[in-house]
Amino acid sequence: MKYAYYPGCSLEATAKEYNQSAKIVARHLGVELWEIPDWSCCGATAAHNNDHLLSLALPARNLALAEAEGLDVAVPCAACFNRLRAAEAAVRESESMQATVSEIIGRDYRATNKTRAFLDVMVNEVGLEKIKEQVVKPLAGLKLVAYYGCLLVRPPQLTAFDDPEDPMTIDRLIQALGGEAVSWSYKTECCGGSLATARADIGVRMIYQVLRRARDAGAEGIVTACPLCFLNLDMRQGQAAAAHGDRLGFPIFYFTELMGIALGYAPKDLGLTTHFVNPLPLLEAREILRHPATRRETA
Amino acid sequence: MERVELAGALRASQALKNLVEAASGVVLSDCYQCGKCSAGCPVAFAMDYTPRQVIRLLQLGLGEEALKSHTPWLCASCQACYTRCPREVNLPRLMEAVRQEARRRGLINEKKVDIFDQAFLRSLERYGRAHEMGLIIQYNLQSGQPFKDALLAPPLLFKGKISPIPAKIKNIAEVKNIFARARAKGGGRH
Repeated sequence: MKYAYYPGCSLEATAKEYNQSAKIVARHLGVELWEIPDWSCCGATAAHNNDHLLSLALPARNLALAEAEGLDVAVPCAACFNRLRAAEAAVRESESMQATVSEIIGRDYRATNKTRAFLDVMVNEVGLEKIKEQVVKPLAGLKLVAYYGCLLVRPPQLTAFDDPEDPMTIDRLIQALGGEAVSWSYKTECCGGSLATARADIGVRMIYQVLRRARDAGAEGIVTACPLCFLNLDMRQGQAAAAHGDRLGFPIFYFTELMGIALGYAPKDLGLTTHFVNPLPLLEAREILRHPATRRETA
Repeated sequence: MERVELAGALRASQALKNLVEAASGVVLSDCYQCGKCSAGCPVAFAMDYTPRQVIRLLQLGLGEEALKSHTPWLCASCQACYTRCPREVNLPRLMEAVRQEARRRGLINEKKVDIFDQAFLRSLERYGRAHEMGLIIQYNLQSGQPFKDALLAPPLLFKGKISPIPAKIKNIAEVKNIFARARAKGGGRH
């Protein structure tokens, strides 16, 4: 199984643990990742807010590079995934858009390849059975909420692989890794994205809502597939809680980190030591990092 | 708002309606004002007009009022409205179109949002990738809040999550050309 790999800008910087852990679990599960050489930014929110054509052309350059290799593209970042899908759909749906985008990027791009969320590849191509077989350190006793946010599942015309209101892909993955996927009502609520930077007063309120609902649901941690969600929930957690007179200390995980832990990799190699809210005390308290045979019996 | 005579307003704003419809691909009359978009909008609490009201303004020929609204600038593009709309009105695209037209007319209703976006695009045009540290410094200086999030910078640097040196792609000329050609095509009406 081979995919072109589009990490995106965040995974080289604030989300480097997502990149590290994604590469480790892909290798472990026999998925070959061919990183698109000299890939460029997808344009993110700034491009589509300001210039529709630019917002299609910037992702299309990367898709064209993968298409020339005959490869589908696996994308960990939910926001990049959404933008790449949007470009792919626009080019596939309209011949005139295909011509316009090709002219702008100076490459003939025909959208014959597909963009896949890295999560979708893991759960639906590699498959939960295969992942389950490889689990050596089950996440037993760990209560987690799956947080999908917006761009992984909406709009469904573009994202296509899960239900936009009650997605279950991450929930099913948590269960396959031996953890408990706690049901809650904020799994697709928006974290505010870049509003946390430009309008922090609005952003912290949205961030706090998500964190509080996760705690109210009885979860001990949040599992995400989006670098922007992660950054808001992890780095800005202290700020968001303080603005509401609260303290949280709520660990946030990329799904790939938890896969890596369950597959037996060291937290440091997966990047779990670079979070703002240190997740290791929780993993240690639940003895997740010990081999199951050496874990204490729980009453 | 002052009292307006709607039939006249509708005639006077036809050009703006056409422009917004062409730029967004949205047919304004598709919306029957059920309000589902606004009930589920996670940013509605901070908006002056709800998303439903922005469409209503445009439908009634009061688009000038929509151009003055902060709503299109605060829309987080979370896609909840579009996903739930029984008429499949692509509201996030409509918000983009309204915002872009407002910007063209010098109505930058959320200055900080705009400064952030423009800094992001400049970084991208220059390096081919977003350089987070440079972007935040530029944003802070231009928005007149040099120490915003300053406490986050040392841990980010220490954890190796931001770098003072931008990652620049090799074929930067190709990205610059994409910007130039998209600009020449006038921002993507379809």
